[in-house]
Amino acid sequence: MPAEAARLREPAPGPSGGRTVLDARDISRALTRIAHEILERNKGAEDLLLLGIPSRGVPLARRIAEKIADVEGFDVPVGSLDVTMYRDDLRMRPARALLPTEIPDGGLDGKVVVLVDDVLFSGRTIRAALDAMNDVGRPKTVRLAVLVDRGHRELPIRADFVGKNLPTSLVESVKVRLEEFDDVDAVTIRESAR
Amino acid sequence: MRRHLLSAADLDRPEAELVLQTADELRSLADRPIKKLPALRGRTVVNLFFEDSTRTRISFEAAAKRLSADVINFAAKGSSLSKGESLKDTALTLEAMGADAVVIRHWASGAPHLLANSGWVRSSVVNAGDGTHEHPTQALLDAFTLWRHLGSLDGRRIAIVGDVLHSRVARSNALLLRTLGAEVTLVAPPTLLPVGVDGWGVETSYDVDAVLPKADAVMMLRVQRERMSLEGGGFFPSAREYSRRYGLDSRRMATLQDHTVVMHPGPMIRGMEITADVADSHRSVIVEQVTNGVAVRMAVLYLLLSGNDSGGQA
Repeated sequence: MPAEAARLREPAPGPSGGRTVLDARDISRALTRIAHEILERNKGAEDLLLLGIPSRGVPLARRIAEKIADVEGFDVPVGSLDVTMYRDDLRMRPARALLPTEIPDGGLDGKVVVLVDDVLFSGRTIRAALDAMNDVGRPKTVRLAVLVDRGHRELPIRADFVGKNLPTSLVESVKVRLEEFDDVDAVTIRESAR
Repeated sequence: MRRHLLSAADLDRPEAELVLQTADELRSLADRPIKKLPALRGRTVVNLFFEDSTRTRISFEAAAKRLSADVINFAAKGSSLSKGESLKDTALTLEAMGADAVVIRHWASGAPHLLANSGWVRSSVVNAGDGTHEHPTQALLDAFTLWRHLGSLDGRRIAIVGDVLHSRVARSNALLLRTLGAEVTLVAPPTLLPVGVDGWGVETSYDVDAVLPKADAVMMLRVQRERMSLEGGGFFPSAREYSRRYGLDSRRMATLQDHTVVMHPGPMIRGMEITADVADSHRSVIVEQVTNGVAVRMAVLYLLLSGNDSGGQA
């Protein structure tokens, strides 16, 4: 167990390293707080639906749903929404692989949908997600939860629930790593080579 | 992905798998209230058909429209194509209209290749069947259908039965299925196997009854009655003899393994290469192939066209 704790405390190793700004416990605490804030704002778990934006928004949405279940004893449906086809830079970049879209049974109509993503940056992904959602259903309300808000918005979009506000410069890159994909929970920041 | 899709051999394994994975995500679109994605908004896809093929054309048309592309159908009948205009002049016309992709079906083997490499057009070219050469999107949709039923195709045994000689479907499938790790056996009477089939890297057999019990999937090919007559080449003596020796009926179907699926690229001739009870049986995935065709063609158009601005810098 001490070894485990030490591993979690250590700055992330390897080429994708950099300065660790959130470790596993910080991430867990932030998600717990977000879960409570969502419940508080919604006055319960009624009509809630969490939609993760692949890839890392999806496990975050699942974790928030687990925490909501712990508090309220209520299973909030979780889905995923791929926004690739709705991006505004499709023509500029090589074709990207599509990621899964899974809409929970019952659809989005009349629901309070909380979009979940790992990093909020330019806001363009969220714009694409709002468009994508438009083609799937008509939620009553849409809110946005992100683990990290790093600023530098290019569109009039803001998050309702933020795990951590992380002021960054444009030359820095923020990397969120989650156990589901990367075997470790950490948010790191480093100077990017660009 | 590259700019054109001319042959199933153009695709290496990662590219072919990317098409299948993309198609898998796109397939769910059919279950949504709004069956449309904005990915190719403002792009123009021309269906250039020198040969009648309603099912392939509407499949491509549905695929392009679901991606929000504008579709122009250019059919040979009743157009300048039937009045002797050359492929080059047709191509220059399409280029002048600003086509981003040309989906071409031609009776001459190699016509899509000529169109893609001549420098007449800057658009992406998709081969929708050329002569007796290739039909790569059919092979992709067949592979996709198999992949959904069998999982990985590694080591899977696929029997392709029928007129292999005249079949662009068989050639494209043999190439693609091998890329994806499957073992392909072509089954046909000796007259209907092409010269040079040894170089395809597939097995061949004249005996359908020996092949069927080992197959994980059976793909039946259409056999045209015209091939029977002397003028048609005299490839087989009678429809009855062909059906008896190579047709798939319920007796032969009973020798298949439990998980084996039966496929047909269509249009099928019931009673000739396949009996009605087999075509309608629970093993038959023929209708599903049509559904999958739209998803696969969407994937191909998306992968060829996004990130490839028609400005030509790609």
